[in-house]
Amino acid sequence: MTTTHFTKDHEWLRQDGESWTVGITEHAQNALGDVVFVDLPEPGRVVEAGEAIAVVESVKAASDVYAPISGKVVEVNAALVDDPALVNQSPTADGWFFRIAPAGDLPGDLMDADGYAKHVESLA
Amino acid sequence: MAEDLNETPLADLHRELGGRMVPFAGYAMPVQYPQGIMGEHLHCRAAAALFDVSHMGQAELHGEGAAAALERLTPADVQGLKPGRQRYGLLLNGRGGIVDDFMVANLGDRLFLVVNASRKQVDLPLIESVLPAGVTLRPLPDRALLALQGPAVAALVPTAMSFMGIQAMEIAGIPVIASRSGYTGEDGLEISVAAEHADRLARHLLSLPGVLPAGLGARDSLRLEAGLCLYGNDLDEDTNPIEAALTWSIGKRRKAAWDFTGADAVREALDHGPARIRVGIRPEGRQPARGGTAVMGGGLVTSGGFGPSVNGPVAMGYVPRALAADGTALTLEVRGKPIPAHVAPLPFHPHRYAR
Repeated sequence: MTTTHFTKDHEWLRQDGESWTVGITEHAQNALGDVVFVDLPEPGRVVEAGEAIAVVESVKAASDVYAPISGKVVEVNAALVDDPALVNQSPTADGWFFRIAPAGDLPGDLMDADGYAKHVESLA
Repeated sequence: MAEDLNETPLADLHRELGGRMVPFAGYAMPVQYPQGIMGEHLHCRAAAALFDVSHMGQAELHGEGAAAALERLTPADVQGLKPGRQRYGLLLNGRGGIVDDFMVANLGDRLFLVVNASRKQVDLPLIESVLPAGVTLRPLPDRALLALQGPAVAALVPTAMSFMGIQAMEIAGIPVIASRSGYTGEDGLEISVAAEHADRLARHLLSLPGVLPAGLGARDSLRLEAGLCLYGNDLDEDTNPIEAALTWSIGKRRKAAWDFTGADAVREALDHGPARIRVGIRPEGRQPARGGTAVMGGGLVTSGGFGPSVNGPVAMGYVPRALAADGTALTLEVRGKPIPAHVAPLPFHPHRYAR
């Protein structure tokens, strides 16, 4: 079982072969509420860790989604365009956003599930 | 959440119902319940939803000449308002700018006012300042306000009133002042009740078949689809009633006499046409254009989001008069990208008032 890592901006990422799959967390989807629109990056785009590369909009608010690692976007979840509610229904599986082929090492500030749970708690 | 927020008399009930509390106009208010904004919105259009709007300002004007006194500040026809009737009006400043929008009702022996939560500290001293001897303003901070909205309301709480009627009545034995009005575009009631009875009344209304609680999030998406203005977004002190497309709220008699604060500026805007005007805007595609989005060619979105009943993004805002005709193509700058849109008639979702 591969490890899921988390960012302080409420993305999760999981290694999936050569690339890393990225989405937003259960906490993030719950805070956003009903997702009505997702804007995804172009496949092939070279991104820097921390760069805003996607947008998720709920009925009440818009939020950026950041690249948690540097690399190249190799795939995006086209299903979200037609069915953005997948982000609410299945944030950590069918509701993934994009896959990045990494350039270099993972950033040092990623958290594991326990660390992320504590981070969320500290925000409450 | 900040300690200094006010609570409404329904604070315990909101927590019990799982309301997600957010600060709004100095109050801790539920933005949504576990059902979520989308579900609450659609439920209101399909059946009935209960909103706590107790943060709004309620007041009474007593005394001979109360209506004439209020007319110094508003172009609404208050003196012509019959007992048992309510009307929408605007408070204006000397430049014709909108200080607030409000409801005024004739309760026979007094006028009853409902003003915005965010403006009550401005409105009430302003009204006080124009009152002659013998007319008194009585704020009603010990009253709660509940809005029960949706097509099922008429059967759940039957009344003889038509749209914009108002009367004292009893609901479940609790004395209330109810008006057949609201902020959703649906039929329904706004119910003023003594704070001490508010919790019992709310629980009674929630026990009626098909009534679910709804928060400020759904209230906002419902009013936007209904084309209704939100003070602070769509209206402010630098916007006059003509620009705001609220000319209909100016009484016919008032447009002959021009005897209200700001009348010169309003008359000028009416005679020569305003430079900009509030219109409905439909962005193409699915992405919402929020308030603050620029309209290329010199306009601004003042309210925008996703309309659950429209099933698409809806917005309103101000555009130059040359761009204001229905169907005019617009380009919005949404998060740095040009998004095509067009001017669309308001409301986006048809009103279903009991006229």
